Amino acid sequence: MEIIDANTSTLTNYEVLKLLTSLKGKGDQARNQSGSATITYETIKYLEGTPASVQTEGCFKTFLEKVKKFGLTKKEKLMLMNLRPQTAVEISLVLKIVQAPEEERLTEEQTDELIQLIQNTLPEKML
Amino acid sequence: MFVLALVKQTVRVPAEKFDRDVDQAISEELNLKFANKVVMDVGLCIALWDIVKRGESFILPGDSGHHTKVEFRYVVFRPFMDQILVGRIKNCDKSAVQVTLGFFDDIFISGQNLQNNSKFDEKEHTWVWEYESEDGKHELFMDTGEEIRFKVIEECFIDTTPSAPGSEAPDSSLDPIKDNKKMSYRIQASIKESGLGLLTWWMG
Repeated sequence: MEIIDANTSTLTNYEVLKLLTSLKGKGDQARNQSGSATITYETIKYLEGTPASVQTEGCFKTFLEKVKKFGLTKKEKLMLMNLRPQTAVEISLVLKIVQAPEEERLTEEQTDELIQLIQNTLPEKML
Repeated sequence: MFVLALVKQTVRVPAEKFDRDVDQAISEELNLKFANKVVMDVGLCIALWDIVKRGESFILPGDSGHHTKVEFRYVVFRPFMDQILVGRIKNCDKSAVQVTLGFFDDIFISGQNLQNNSKFDEKEHTWVWEYESEDGKHELFMDTGEEIRFKVIEECFIDTTPSAPGSEAPDSSLDPIKDNKKMSYRIQASIKESGLGLLTWWMG
């Protein structure tokens, strides 16, 4: 095999879950065999325990549109969508990463605003 | 945590699948071949995303299948450095805490990457974070099965294929046997920051 590009793009958990669920539904022969079926099942099981299980394309669209003003990087937005953080300490964890760690990215008010935005646009997973 | 890898590969479709749609048959073969395999410097393969390009199919003397060169995108588990993920504790031992995501469990948080003042409790066989606050010392146990938030700090791919005696390492990109190589993919993680560690530690 020849790897042309090991990372052409990054996927959200939601996209992976959607693909795997559709594969499972198809029930093609290959899926009944060994490794392929196992990994599909295990990955679905994991993703169903994450916020991805209740997300939709629509909520991402609204979220991405509204989150623009915070000037976040792609990786940060990806983590926000995958993790759906709800507290200030989680937000600072996600945002600390890319830039200088000692520097706070957002003010306290902005963090609160971002938490509000996440709560309003991304659906909460019921336990 | 998931990325798309673009790969070129010649796929053999066995004769019994000739009645099927070509793309469908190739997809099945690719899922069979790569799902649940670790590819060097790429990650753990999960499932086929799509076929980008399909070349002409060839048949070879003495082989009933057809061979087709395809370019395809595959969903791969490969978290980036510093990515925050949530998993469950699988096991604790003296040197590290092992975390599992269900489909992947080679994630290790070594002793020095745990919260400060963490100790290994021999009796309970778990790690304990001795957290001091104004109202005294708290012992926070890291029990198996608990949900844990961690940060990816290091990854490593190791070739675990048994090596043939006296064989030189050839240019691996041209080596057809490469597909059968056994790889292991390990992730080192850290929870040495506020917000990291068991989810219950940081709730309200």
